[in-house]
Amino acid sequence: MSRVLVFVEDDDGVVTETSLQALTMAATIGKVEAVSVGTSGMGGWQIEHAMLTDYAPAAIGEALAQLVGAEMPAAVMAAGTERGNEVMAHLGALLDLPLAANITRVVQSGEDWKLTRVRWGGSLLEECTLTAAVKLATVALHSVEAAPQGTASPITVFTPELTDAHIMTRVIERVTLTEGITLTTAPVVVSGGRGVGSPEGFGVLEELAGLIGGAVGCSRVVTNSGWRPHSDQVGQTGTRVAPNLYIACGISGAIQHWVGMMASKTVLAINTDAEAPMVTKADYAVIGDLHPILNAIVAEVKSRKGST
Amino acid sequence: MKTLVCVKRVPAPGARINLTPDEKAIDARHLSFTVSPHEECAVEEAIRLKEKHGGTVTVMTLGPADAEEQLRYALSVGADEAVLLATDGADWDPQATAAALTARIKEIEGSGAFDLILFGNESADSGGYQVGIRIAHALGRPVISGIKGLEVDDETVTARRETDSGSEVYRLSLPAVVAVKEGINLPRYPTLPGRLKAKKAEVISGPASASPGGLFMDRLFTPPEQKSVTNILGRGPEAAPAVVDLLEELGLM
Repeated sequence: MSRVLVFVEDDDGVVTETSLQALTMAATIGKVEAVSVGTSGMGGWQIEHAMLTDYAPAAIGEALAQLVGAEMPAAVMAAGTERGNEVMAHLGALLDLPLAANITRVVQSGEDWKLTRVRWGGSLLEECTLTAAVKLATVALHSVEAAPQGTASPITVFTPELTDAHIMTRVIERVTLTEGITLTTAPVVVSGGRGVGSPEGFGVLEELAGLIGGAVGCSRVVTNSGWRPHSDQVGQTGTRVAPNLYIACGISGAIQHWVGMMASKTVLAINTDAEAPMVTKADYAVIGDLHPILNAIVAEVKSRKGST
Repeated sequence: MKTLVCVKRVPAPGARINLTPDEKAIDARHLSFTVSPHEECAVEEAIRLKEKHGGTVTVMTLGPADAEEQLRYALSVGADEAVLLATDGADWDPQATAAALTARIKEIEGSGAFDLILFGNESADSGGYQVGIRIAHALGRPVISGIKGLEVDDETVTARRETDSGSEVYRLSLPAVVAVKEGINLPRYPTLPGRLKAKKAEVISGPASASPGGLFMDRLFTPPEQKSVTNILGRGPEAAPAVVDLLEELGLM
């Protein structure tokens, strides 16, 4: 079986869910070897270099290019995260190879790969053919369920040759604003759209999110109106989320928003319009003005929590 | 400060995406066109840098002759010069797009290099996440993507990227390439004098130099609808107990 290197990302030495998804997709097309910078807990190739003290996309791309040159795998894959797409684009540029970003399916066809990849953030799909000596692709987030991984492989350390030029683009400062629950890790996202009506209108969304361990999100119209910071935006040009429950309050459900939260396991829509796309696509809906409904939900949550 | 912004003409999709009969493109007969949202912010950022530091803003696109419309939009909000690399409208893969843009940038830079080349993080339609990075490598310049804040001084650009829990900062020496994301600013609307000026401005047009890529689109299709039945829990505040039952069922209480 052909060898597929998979660049995996980790969170303090634990491989991320989206990288596990990439490993799962890669296993459908070849024999997988994980590649990480430092330890990922997965084993496999471990890139180590004294200069790689923090994330440095051009240097990691260069390291992968050197590893590809030494090992000549059939393909290199990564998760379609900000970093995954970035590192793989560096690799593609360095090796002058095509890169297929955000694939959802891969099938071998002779020497080529037949791929399905996402367009318009996922509201459209594309079937395409990838022709290259070494295939490069990233895996669209949440397009496959991560399969459980077996025991870690033995570690092989790979030390690339890097210069100051490679390392120039690297993180020089890190600012932590939120501790704990974030939009992408929250089990529940309480999200508001135009129907929330004002910045102050988000108060009850914040309260509900606080009560049930959730994060607050919003639609594009909300950030464009300056009601919430852009970092709260869910959608094609904002953050992709996949919580257990997505509560869409006063969000009509334009396709650009839907693609940012369609990986949610359960969707509850609260909307005055029973015909809104968000309502017709949701698993559950409550019809009516969102503020009295949310106030009633908050009161009900408090009373049940108080009684247990 | 000389800044170049690369943009792409894309349809502004409606609530439903319809495809052409050959399944190779979006049926745009009833749609208007725009530049990708990230690129709209890249144009705005370049104009703000010009307002702060002086200099010029050039805007460039590879696309059909109609892409002149998107260049004139950039001119109407303050860009000084517009360059069109004309294609027959076919879908160019990211490698071929980057090669053609690089060739044209090198020609233009005969009269002086751009200090900064801005891209949108990814195009709204094909979402390849790579044209800016390929061009940076071809020009031998540092590059950073996913940027939501940037500041320029004489020799460096300091760029901020949002992460899940905060942000991280990068500093690149100029000349550099930066791909920005929506949220870096709120783009301005064109003014009437801006529109009039843009209408009369010259767009420098020439053919794009074609080179083979390795990624070939076979067809487009819309993802199948996964479900159609919505369980209506109720109307108004009376539905609250049913909602909280659901929260309990999902283990969120």
